[in-house]
Amino acid sequence: MTDTTFNGATPDGNDKVSLGSAWRWLLRHPPVVTFALIVLVCLVVGTINTDFWQVSNLFDILRASVVRGLFALGVLVVLASGGIDVSFTAIAAFVMYTVTMLVTNLLPGLPMPVILLVAAAGGACFGALNGVLVHALRAPSLIVTIGTQYVICSFLLTFVGTALFMNIPGSMEAFGKVALFTHQSANGSISVLPAFVLVLAVAAVVTWWILERTLIGRAVYAVGGNPGIAERLGYNLRTVHIFVFAYAGLLAGIAGVMHVASNRLANPFDLAGTELEIIAAVVLGGARITGGSGSVIGTLLGVVLITLVSNVLILVGIPSTWQLAIIGVFIVLAGTVFSLRAKR
Amino acid sequence: MEFRVDRQLAFLAVVNVAVLAAGGVLVGASFLDIYNLQSMAGQVPELGLLALGVMLAMISGNGGIDLSGIALANLSGVIAYLVLRDTVSPDDAPLMFSWSFAGIALLVGLVGGILNGFLIARAGLTPIIATLGTQLFFTGLAVAFTNGSALGLGFIEPLDAFGNTPVLGVPLCFALFLMIALILGIVLRYSPFGLRLLLLGNNAKAARYAGIAEKRILFLTYTACGVLASVAGIVIAARTSSVKWDYGNSYVLIAILIAVMAGVRPEGGYGRVICVVLSATSLQILSSLFNFMDISNFFRDLAWGVLLLVFLATSGFDAKAWFRALRG
Repeated sequence: MTDTTFNGATPDGNDKVSLGSAWRWLLRHPPVVTFALIVLVCLVVGTINTDFWQVSNLFDILRASVVRGLFALGVLVVLASGGIDVSFTAIAAFVMYTVTMLVTNLLPGLPMPVILLVAAAGGACFGALNGVLVHALRAPSLIVTIGTQYVICSFLLTFVGTALFMNIPGSMEAFGKVALFTHQSANGSISVLPAFVLVLAVAAVVTWWILERTLIGRAVYAVGGNPGIAERLGYNLRTVHIFVFAYAGLLAGIAGVMHVASNRLANPFDLAGTELEIIAAVVLGGARITGGSGSVIGTLLGVVLITLVSNVLILVGIPSTWQLAIIGVFIVLAGTVFSLRAKR
Repeated sequence: MEFRVDRQLAFLAVVNVAVLAAGGVLVGASFLDIYNLQSMAGQVPELGLLALGVMLAMISGNGGIDLSGIALANLSGVIAYLVLRDTVSPDDAPLMFSWSFAGIALLVGLVGGILNGFLIARAGLTPIIATLGTQLFFTGLAVAFTNGSALGLGFIEPLDAFGNTPVLGVPLCFALFLMIALILGIVLRYSPFGLRLLLLGNNAKAARYAGIAEKRILFLTYTACGVLASVAGIVIAARTSSVKWDYGNSYVLIAILIAVMAGVRPEGGYGRVICVVLSATSLQILSSLFNFMDISNFFRDLAWGVLLLVFLATSGFDAKAWFRALRG
């Protein structure tokens, strides 16, 4: 009898039937699995090293999740449509560097909302280019975006510049410093939750709204589920392709500016190479790479999990050099679990 | 053995000659002398082997691709060196060291390939996710084992000879590459396995109904990719006398570029080994030309990216013409 088990206790005594149904329920709700993994990692790390339970640590993880989260929401939309994008970090690097450069050299007084708009528009243009290419070339989006990734990234390094920007525009620096919440711990050290985490919150709500409450969102899932049928139902594949890649580019542009604002410098070599861990986060959040699935909440949980893994390994004495290998194992495991789900 | 010369093959042969000629004009006669030709040939195998792996994965269809090639190549070199460092002295027994190095590296490649094959064929992961995960995993292991730094092998005569010395005018590693390509070409063209692989890539459903063991073919294909990657790892270690985790960080792109330029269809079902070889040599000649002209690495990556998009565009155009011909 299941109602005799206590709340929170592990149902070890349960028979096979309810274990099986619990397993099936979990497979239908991938974000729950992700959340359970987060809790597990927190408990293990927190038990080994009690320094983990600090507000400053929580703030660090939230702060580090912003850029990743913006990227991941874009990747989620592309994955949901059945494509994949690996060029978003190149777009972000290009946008953040050129925008910082232009604002510093030409318009030092430009206010932050305008900078954000310019970055979003620039990113969206690059993304739309991806979408047009993927649609027109009728080639796998992975291969197309590997191409554009190299073109964008190398164009930046060849023709725009390779030098660091240490003095970023005042409005960007000020934006990065605005505090949403300040916490003073017992030993007197002050930790700050920056206000730019709200940008991620807004982006998450907007992405959720687009995917769940608009026609284009339906179209994205429909095309991801089965492009042939979606086309016959009257969905325009070209519109969907251009929309998803442009949206991913738009978020990448914003993420680039957020990266500059939070690090207070613009380095054109930053961000490149982080695309795989972002895709890992989205897959960990339950989005299937074959399209047609994925949720905003799962994606955000995936981002928190990846950030957690990269931030707390040191706390439990695992050298940070193991970080990549562990993320790789996570991708493979999540992929396996979710592919079992697909087979059912 | 009949030998078809199709449009792709003729095109690639012309590209090779054209790039060589361009080198002769832009750089001078030194570009075409035997030393430069040998040095270029010596650089082909590492990328050529990875591209052959990408070709095999692409042929198998269903979004087949191997993104973990260079990561596995580096990992095999790293593990082989770390195992041997404390057991076999390269000064006392250089031949023994070299052969065991190759053996261990191949073993790592085999295990890595089996892992990919298992994930894709048995666990049912899409090739992109599986090889993306293993790419991070292999790279991560190499980082963890080396603490992120390059390890020098020192001068080990037999290994160095394999990487750099020409025999009868042909660098040994290039000869090995040609031999592997020849074997692979024969397997693809004349063996039951090759036929089944091409059928599977062309139409997975039809292949399944025809009773082709899909899982076994996929498993073998990705295992072969792993072994090819580890051979590339041995060549890299021999040529650079070192092993490191981030060698060739743009090789994923270039290996795919070579395959796409060779006319391998990313949707699966078609690819010719000889075209991949010619595609690899032409890119290597172009790369050497960039070297002679002092063109920056960044610009080189830009060129590779543009070339990839251009070749995707032209192969897409051909497909459309083909469909039109089919209908009309």
